[in-house]
Amino acid sequence: MFSYYLKLAAKSIKKNPLLSTLMVLAIALGIGASMTTVTVNYLMSANPIPEKSEQLFYVQVDSWDPHNAFNDSNGEPPNQITWTEANNLFNAQQASKQVVMAKSGGIIVPENQDINPFEAVIRLTTGDFFAMFNTPFLFGSGWQLASDQQRAQVIVLTKRINDKLFGGENSIGRTVLLAGQNYKVVGVLDAWQPMPKFYDVNNGAFDESEEVFIPFFLKETYELPNWGNTNCWKSPEGEGFKAFLQSECINYQMWVQLNSEQEQSDYLAFLNNYVSEQKALGRFPRPMNNQLLDVMGWMANQEVVEDDAKMMMWMSFMFLVVCLLNTIGLLLAKFMGKSSEIGLRRAIGASKRDIFIQHIIESATIGLLGGLLGLGLALFGLVGIETLYGDFVSNLVSLDWVMALTGIVIAIVASILAGLYPTWRACNVAPATQLSSQ
Amino acid sequence: MLALGPIFRALLRNKVGALLIAIQIAFTMAVIVNSVFIIYERSQETKRPSGIDEANSFFVTSSGFTENFSAKATIEEDLANIRALSGVVDAIQINAIPVSGSGWSMGLQTEPGAEHDGIGTAVYMVDERGINALDVQLLAGENFTATDIRWRGKGASDWPDKIIVTQAMATRLFPDLDYAQSIGKTVYINDTEPMIITGVIDKLQAPWVGWNNVEHSFLSPEYLARDSSSYFIRTEDGQRDAMMKQVEELLAKNKSRVIQNMRSVDYVRERSYRGHTAMIKILTTVIITLTIVTSLGIVGLASFSVNRRKKQIGIRRALGATKADILRYFMTENMIISGFGVLLGAALTIGLNMILVNALSLTPMSWFYIPVGMLALCVVGQVAVFGPARKATSIAPATATRTV
Repeated sequence: MFSYYLKLAAKSIKKNPLLSTLMVLAIALGIGASMTTVTVNYLMSANPIPEKSEQLFYVQVDSWDPHNAFNDSNGEPPNQITWTEANNLFNAQQASKQVVMAKSGGIIVPENQDINPFEAVIRLTTGDFFAMFNTPFLFGSGWQLASDQQRAQVIVLTKRINDKLFGGENSIGRTVLLAGQNYKVVGVLDAWQPMPKFYDVNNGAFDESEEVFIPFFLKETYELPNWGNTNCWKSPEGEGFKAFLQSECINYQMWVQLNSEQEQSDYLAFLNNYVSEQKALGRFPRPMNNQLLDVMGWMANQEVVEDDAKMMMWMSFMFLVVCLLNTIGLLLAKFMGKSSEIGLRRAIGASKRDIFIQHIIESATIGLLGGLLGLGLALFGLVGIETLYGDFVSNLVSLDWVMALTGIVIAIVASILAGLYPTWRACNVAPATQLSSQ
Repeated sequence: MLALGPIFRALLRNKVGALLIAIQIAFTMAVIVNSVFIIYERSQETKRPSGIDEANSFFVTSSGFTENFSAKATIEEDLANIRALSGVVDAIQINAIPVSGSGWSMGLQTEPGAEHDGIGTAVYMVDERGINALDVQLLAGENFTATDIRWRGKGASDWPDKIIVTQAMATRLFPDLDYAQSIGKTVYINDTEPMIITGVIDKLQAPWVGWNNVEHSFLSPEYLARDSSSYFIRTEDGQRDAMMKQVEELLAKNKSRVIQNMRSVDYVRERSYRGHTAMIKILTTVIITLTIVTSLGIVGLASFSVNRRKKQIGIRRALGATKADILRYFMTENMIISGFGVLLGAALTIGLNMILVNALSLTPMSWFYIPVGMLALCVVGQVAVFGPARKATSIAPATATRTV
């Protein structure tokens, strides 16, 4: 029976090509627009480290101005920490794993004289970084806590930089001249680009990950420059680099790994206790306001999904509504135009149920065609978005199977829903009246 | 005058079809009107001038990396060499580039003390040739002299005694005074450190185009003694691209540094506003597509209704109705449907705007968007229905005698 109805549907679609094309196009446009925007939003809000996003917590303590909250509108604690906190909280080693970090940069002078010196983006970090964030290694590994404490001159390269400097060879043990110092290569990462770049959203949540990684505390030793966001509520006391490090300026991020609720409450208690101690020393003038947010909590807090992307998604849903209303209207017109045919089928014995199934199948066929075309339009739309926004969205515009399938299913379901009322009207065509008018 | 009564009663017999069109018009209107509003706002923002000679300016970063690299000597030598090039109007060292997205901000206040709030402003560190290089106008007061310019060391946190502010910043600091009267006034940076306003310039935007205080900035008379240093260069009309090449070659002679990020101001502007430009293009596409979809929907349904009423039309024609009467009938019918649609649409438009204002902190749209949108959608309806309505007029009176 099903194939018979499919045949009828195909026949009916062919019989009125203009109306059918209009319907297919309307659904395709609606689905195409929605899928494009949903994909961008979906990738922007993707969980970058699903296997442990609930065990990783971003550390916030309120070291800000007594007169003004860091963020007046919601009273949230500052989005980064000071050098003092980075040192104290790291040295306390109160979490099962912890990392403090910052962004910096320096010139790399390659051994190979054929390659010009170039500037590299540095992530200053501590050894747990690699284990906490599950970074894939091509060669070697990260460094140990001892290297952090001894400020060892070790470096982890990304695959790209290793390709550039060493032609992709295993470079473990080789040295890299970075910002005037020699660093020993201990590890080379495989391609790694968490999306969003959750571990540091203050400096572009969709930026490329850094090119080299070196121990955090070397910042002090070699006076490495501040890259990325720096905020101060009062200026450093005194002149020079040391004064800046000791100031209340925030430029550093901290993450901890806490494996159970017990560990979480213990760590929060430790933070509260720490802040109380600092208050006794005359710092932390604001009320106690410490916060531990897990990865997805932190992404939501920092509003990683851009407003423009959200707005486009809502607009495209309304677009889809218009397209579906259009489809309902056109289906209604189409099915009512078949009244005499339906009347005839009813008169020769087709039940209401048969008529119902026949027309739902016709609606679904239109939905399937619309969905397939919509998928094509979505691919086109994503290319369009990449052209309009440039490289930085290139990681946000790929269509995966889940999305593609979802789009087609939505198209079919939507068109069946759109076909319900017209179908119901079609079922109610009385056999007698249609026959008598023939 | 056509009797609205019969048309209306006839409409009620096919409520659903009419209602669908009306709702479709309403949603279309909500999306289109809000889109037009957003497009207008964004395009106004992208058109704001930054105050500098954008078409003829570019910048470049020089990063020294050798151990014996002297920042001070290099900067002085570079500036002298670049300024000597024919085709270059002026060149300065600068800490940030307007509209580029990255820079330096501070708070200024008119009374000293941590309890007072500072007003956020961008900082541009320039020498006495900054005004000429940036191509800004000095409206009041005087420019820095060569002796005012100091060297800011690494990690220095104190500030020079004199500053030049933009007119917008002067007015914001002293709202009750004419901007010229702010000359000689003291403002405080870092809560307590005094600085005297010695000049007011017309316009110089901050690096962050999305910032509320984008018109707030001041010039600070200093060079930065850093290994990594940016130069801002203004050229004679049409000389920019040629000068970019020449400056790059000139700077590359010194092998103790890396030359990078050579960019025109046009380029950074385009990048900074890329999101806006993209949004404008996307929403324009949405408006066009939606208008087409809705028009085609109206055409489809109207054609259907004409077909269904062939006999009725034939009877009316046979009874003496002119072609114009028939045309007017369908046009009026569509007017009634569109009328309901745009009334509902007005409510939806306001609703959608409220959602956008709340969720995405947009400014609320002006009231006149609504009536203009209503009118526009009615016109679209009339245009769309014209085709099927004309087809209806070609139905012969003799149809009345046939059975359909």
